[in-house]
Amino acid sequence: MRCIVSCSASRVLLLLVVAMAGMGSLGREMVAQTTTPSTSASGSSADRLATLEKQMADNTAAVAAAQTSGDNAWMLVSAALVLMMSGPGLALFYGGLVRKKNILGTMMQTFAMMAVITVLWALVSYSLAFGDGNAFIGGLHNVFLRGVGLAPDVKYAATIPLQTFMVYQLMFAIITPALITGAFAERMKFSAMLVFMILWALFVYSPMAHMVWGKGGLLNAALSGRFPCLDFAGGTVVHVTSGVSALVTALYLGKRIGYPKVAMPPHSVVLSFIGACLLWVGWFGFNAGSALAAGTLATSAFVATHFGAAAAAIGWSAAEWLRQGKVSALGAISGAVAGLVGITPAAGFVTPMSALWIGLIVGVFCYFMVVKVKAIFGYDDSLDAFGVHGAGGTMGAILTGVFANSAINPIFGAGKATGLLEGNGHQMLNQLTGVAIAWVISIVGTLIILFVVDKVIGLRVNEESERIGLDLSQHGEEGYDWAS
Amino acid sequence: MQKIEAVIQPSKLDAVKDALIEIGIEGITILEARGHGRQKGHTEFYRGREYSVDLLPKVKLEIVTRDEMVEKTIQAIMTAARTGKIGDGKIFVSKIDEAIRIRNDERGEIAL
Repeated sequence: MRCIVSCSASRVLLLLVVAMAGMGSLGREMVAQTTTPSTSASGSSADRLATLEKQMADNTAAVAAAQTSGDNAWMLVSAALVLMMSGPGLALFYGGLVRKKNILGTMMQTFAMMAVITVLWALVSYSLAFGDGNAFIGGLHNVFLRGVGLAPDVKYAATIPLQTFMVYQLMFAIITPALITGAFAERMKFSAMLVFMILWALFVYSPMAHMVWGKGGLLNAALSGRFPCLDFAGGTVVHVTSGVSALVTALYLGKRIGYPKVAMPPHSVVLSFIGACLLWVGWFGFNAGSALAAGTLATSAFVATHFGAAAAAIGWSAAEWLRQGKVSALGAISGAVAGLVGITPAAGFVTPMSALWIGLIVGVFCYFMVVKVKAIFGYDDSLDAFGVHGAGGTMGAILTGVFANSAINPIFGAGKATGLLEGNGHQMLNQLTGVAIAWVISIVGTLIILFVVDKVIGLRVNEESERIGLDLSQHGEEGYDWAS
Repeated sequence: MQKIEAVIQPSKLDAVKDALIEIGIEGITILEARGHGRQKGHTEFYRGREYSVDLLPKVKLEIVTRDEMVEKTIQAIMTAARTGKIGDGKIFVSKIDEAIRIRNDERGEIAL
């Protein structure tokens, strides 16, 4: 959910300041009146009233302008931070995990989203996600960004230009399909990947975003949806959809040649390390930015995000230490990313202590999904897009229903219990509904799109191309040139 | 003229280089190499998956020198590179027929 509650405290403060400023100028006015008694009594009181009214109107406008510039500054920075999560964050994180011959191909898959999804968003997918529509998908009122101007849309965010909201949401629409690329790394045609992603953005992401965050959406908790599912920054919309779709693509495309017999260790954990740290920083824009204002709720989400990441890094590392006797750098950063995924739906609803619990649980859970469950079933989710995002997003969405607290965010009204621990057990059903819908739309949508793209273009590169790597076969270049 | 090829532990490179300079060896070529002899490899873990690495990082030195310098060079390398454990490396010596300096076509020992 994207909430407006956060501004209330800063608004009260601003009103106080304005009231004081107003009184101050009123005082000056009175002094001026007493020292220059030139106008007639009746005229002066009418004038004074008019002046005061104008003063009040000016002050109100000044408050709104001040709040807008504060909120807008944070939201523009947040949008840029979320873009940084894709490039270079995710591109480095994934790029380091593949073999040398596939680094550019892997990075290009994410970078292509930055360009292609942006254009798609402007043309049609913003409208499908956030335009007025039915409970499942937005309409076509905002295609070509018609009506998406600089005035706020009070239903989404009352204090920032709608274009800020639009471009902020765009950054989520970019990184979500980019996350999927981890599952089919090192074996998908660039052309097929582009068509798959465009269709996926239209038919999986847009409806899911609309249901959870759009006006009239079925699961929208902030705007009285039928099943109010708490999802602060995209646990279901971003991570469950991308993670589950990732699993479907990994199963549909099949394993890489030689997997699991041939060793395919990461070619540079160093690159992945830098990428993961950029993801952690960018995630503040992702989660705290989802307050859609620079108020107290943003702080709460920022703190929860950081605590969740830290606890999960420790959780994953501890599990690794116990089972393997060593803590690896790749394990620690994977844990941090898993924690960030897990805290995403919860960020604006939970206390710092709850964030620690969520991080710890998700960190250990994702470790077992990646290390044990993947080995048991033998699917080649190459870079663990499902193990981290699908599993972590699902667990995070469920735990949000457990830990959500009305003292942090009274989304159902002041004093009304929000999560299970507060006594609102019913919320668990809403969370599970949201998760179930995200799973179903991801499985069905992804399967149909894969089938179509496979028939029309073919999904996988041929065997020779896979052996020489995506860099050469798909892009005609190499990431590392030994002779220069 | 003889060629001395030595495969050593990467961590011993600086010590070996210093020892060679001390005895007056001027020309040296160093290659980053991978390999193993009797030393077994090790295992690495990435997200729980075990990878056995049997080609270990090594450094290979190549030195071509006059016959009378050969034993001195061997001793310098052995002293500097030895830890006494398996994996210290090996030295190979072979005859060299000709050496040519590309810059001015000097040939024989003067080209070394």
